[in-house]
Amino acid sequence: MENKANNDAGFPRCFARRTVLQVVLGLVPGWPLLKGARAQESVPHQTRPQEGDRFVFATGERKGNLIAPADLPSGGPPVTAYPMDPHSRIVRDGSRLNQVLLIHFEPEALARDTRLRAAAGIVAYSAICTHAGCDVSDWKDHTKTLMCFCHFSEFDPRDSARVLDGPAPRRLAALPLKVVDGGLVAAGEFIGRVGFQQG
Amino acid sequence: MSANHLLRLAAVIIIIGLLPVVSVAQGIATYSPVTDQRLLKPEPQNWLMYRGTYDGWGYSPLDKINAANVKKLVPVWSLSTGVIEGHQAPPIVNEGVMFITTPQNQVFALDAKTGDLLWRHKRELPDDIILIHPTNRGVGLYDDKVYFGTLDCHLVALDAKTGQVVWDKTVGDYKQAYYITMAPLVAKGKIIVGMSGGEYGIRGYIATFDAKTGEEVWKTYTIPGPGEPGHETWSGDTWKTGAVSVWITGHYDPQFNLTYWGTGNTGPWPADAHPGDNLYATSVIALEADTGKLKGYHQYHWNDSWDWDEVAAPLLIDVPRDGRSIKALVHPARSGYLWLLERTAEAIKFVEGKPYVKQDVFASIDPTTGRPTYNEDRKVGLNKAVTFCPSLWGGKDWTPAAYSPQTGYLYIPANENLCSYLVGKETPYEPGKLFLGIDRTATKLLMAEGAKHIGELQAWDMKTFQKVWTHQFKWQNWGPVLTTAGGLVFLGGTSDRYFRAFDANTGTPLWEYRTNSGITAVPTSYAVDGVQYIAVQSGWGVDAQRMQARLDTLLGSSTIVPQGGVLWVFALRE
Repeated sequence: MENKANNDAGFPRCFARRTVLQVVLGLVPGWPLLKGARAQESVPHQTRPQEGDRFVFATGERKGNLIAPADLPSGGPPVTAYPMDPHSRIVRDGSRLNQVLLIHFEPEALARDTRLRAAAGIVAYSAICTHAGCDVSDWKDHTKTLMCFCHFSEFDPRDSARVLDGPAPRRLAALPLKVVDGGLVAAGEFIGRVGFQQG
Repeated sequence: MSANHLLRLAAVIIIIGLLPVVSVAQGIATYSPVTDQRLLKPEPQNWLMYRGTYDGWGYSPLDKINAANVKKLVPVWSLSTGVIEGHQAPPIVNEGVMFITTPQNQVFALDAKTGDLLWRHKRELPDDIILIHPTNRGVGLYDDKVYFGTLDCHLVALDAKTGQVVWDKTVGDYKQAYYITMAPLVAKGKIIVGMSGGEYGIRGYIATFDAKTGEEVWKTYTIPGPGEPGHETWSGDTWKTGAVSVWITGHYDPQFNLTYWGTGNTGPWPADAHPGDNLYATSVIALEADTGKLKGYHQYHWNDSWDWDEVAAPLLIDVPRDGRSIKALVHPARSGYLWLLERTAEAIKFVEGKPYVKQDVFASIDPTTGRPTYNEDRKVGLNKAVTFCPSLWGGKDWTPAAYSPQTGYLYIPANENLCSYLVGKETPYEPGKLFLGIDRTATKLLMAEGAKHIGELQAWDMKTFQKVWTHQFKWQNWGPVLTTAGGLVFLGGTSDRYFRAFDANTGTPLWEYRTNSGITAVPTSYAVDGVQYIAVQSGWGVDAQRMQARLDTLLGSSTIVPQGGVLWVFALRE
């Protein structure tokens, strides 16, 4: 999913424009499918991370428990999380595309752009590889890098998860973070597209 | 001339200018329906299924391109597929109409002589799909339809003339990593496909659908359930997530009405994570075409722990043995052994097995049953680090071998001198997650000490069961093999992007052409209007790319093999 801020940049959010678009796109083959996809995204547990979301463990013994900054070991490995709506407490685990990798570094270890999106040295990225949609499930501790075992793409989490090696065409989508009242909170939506892109 | 007339004239010119485009969109005017009889004995000019014929030989009886003139082979047309990753599908040709599939489940219909694009079908894949094997290995043809399996685990029938969807059936749940990469097997009006997904703890099966309606006819699991023979070879609940995928198109013996399939490895990999023989993993199974009933099997090796899935179906070859001709199943296995079995209507019997690459896992082979014993220190186990040869990609992976009745030789695309290092690790099963049971970051690809090369093209005489020649490639070989009555063997497979022809008798290299990318696709040959063509897709990816990455890690090198698919069609220069 594209960053909404990027998608809508420069366009007034007005009902009339959306209506006109729907009329025009209704004539385009495939639009009903797209509409279906959007409807699916409106289901809270399938919706991509939203600003204000908290995070819970996605797997393991503490699955579903809230993640505090102290739960993240300094220098990795990453913890796989799902975002959670703080009001309804609905965990957004209805789509594997919502998996987030949380990693804790010393702030000074982060590249400038990455540091701006981090909270107390904690960075967050989509866990879905941009090459073929596999889970980025492996951690190389000696290099502090993320690896996708499917095709061995490797990403640098200290520098915007840029691609270091392998067939991935672009970096992982990043999720800006903030700390509110000592808790870890999403500061916005994903920056960059989540997952692979069909040619 | 009035302005009105001018406008009308302009409109006519525009319409005429658009005519060719309109005809492309209209597809194919005449099409030769594919019948059971034609599949049983395809015309020499056609290539109607994955390996050309039901016996899986990968052999074309065309001989206009031969050892004497192959140097004059030149590209006559090509087509960019518009997608990256591993292009593996053969160009399948029916009376001048060619069908190819590509990664991301595109299907192209092309004029096999001119390269005109007749139609294209492009599947929209779900956003949340996992593409660990982003490939497709071709279409099946029957009557007036084209069939293909998808990465989101559907089986789709297209109208051969227009590319329009006739039916679309769900075969499995892609969210649990069931998917289809093989070309369907078409037999007796049925479309048969097997499940990929062995890395994710699936329970494999083969499913069959009515060609006309798409209704399921039968479904046979490759892991027997409770109460079925063979279930006792699994412990506890391991059968539920034991993998045993069926990756590659089966072969068919019409005399016995049996389909033959190679089956995949067990999951997770370490042997002690699934104690028992684990039937029918790493086996050949014979299923009755009408019912799916198991009529025979042979397990090449038991309780697999090396990811040696025996994906490719064995070739059906009549072989002389002890003064008689036996109906053989011949399988160059991922384990590095070449197996010779005898098939009958009711059973599969072991005849002989011998290594075709260095193998340090099997301690012995039972001379009657073919059952191996293992060197225990080479067996992957939980919390145990092991090195073994050949590597987890085996002496040969999915890439099909070929057989020429002209020479009596089997041609094996092999990888020698590679070994793997694995460390077993307890892994909980989670649907849709990798379920390998190893420390993934600890895995290594190693080269045997003193190794000077990796890739090989081997020729084995089926009369003597002896190797007669080997051509060595410095680096790995991922090339499916085509052989022809012109006394030639064709394959790509190397990272240097070459497509090559060899003398089928001697192994002498005769011709090569450098393509856009590395070739891991199945080559085919066909003829239109009396002209013979050789066709192959070039597009590096999937396991060839994976092995390249591991080799680069081992050697400290950085090898760039550009991706992006192109279909190449060659003919003799006039």
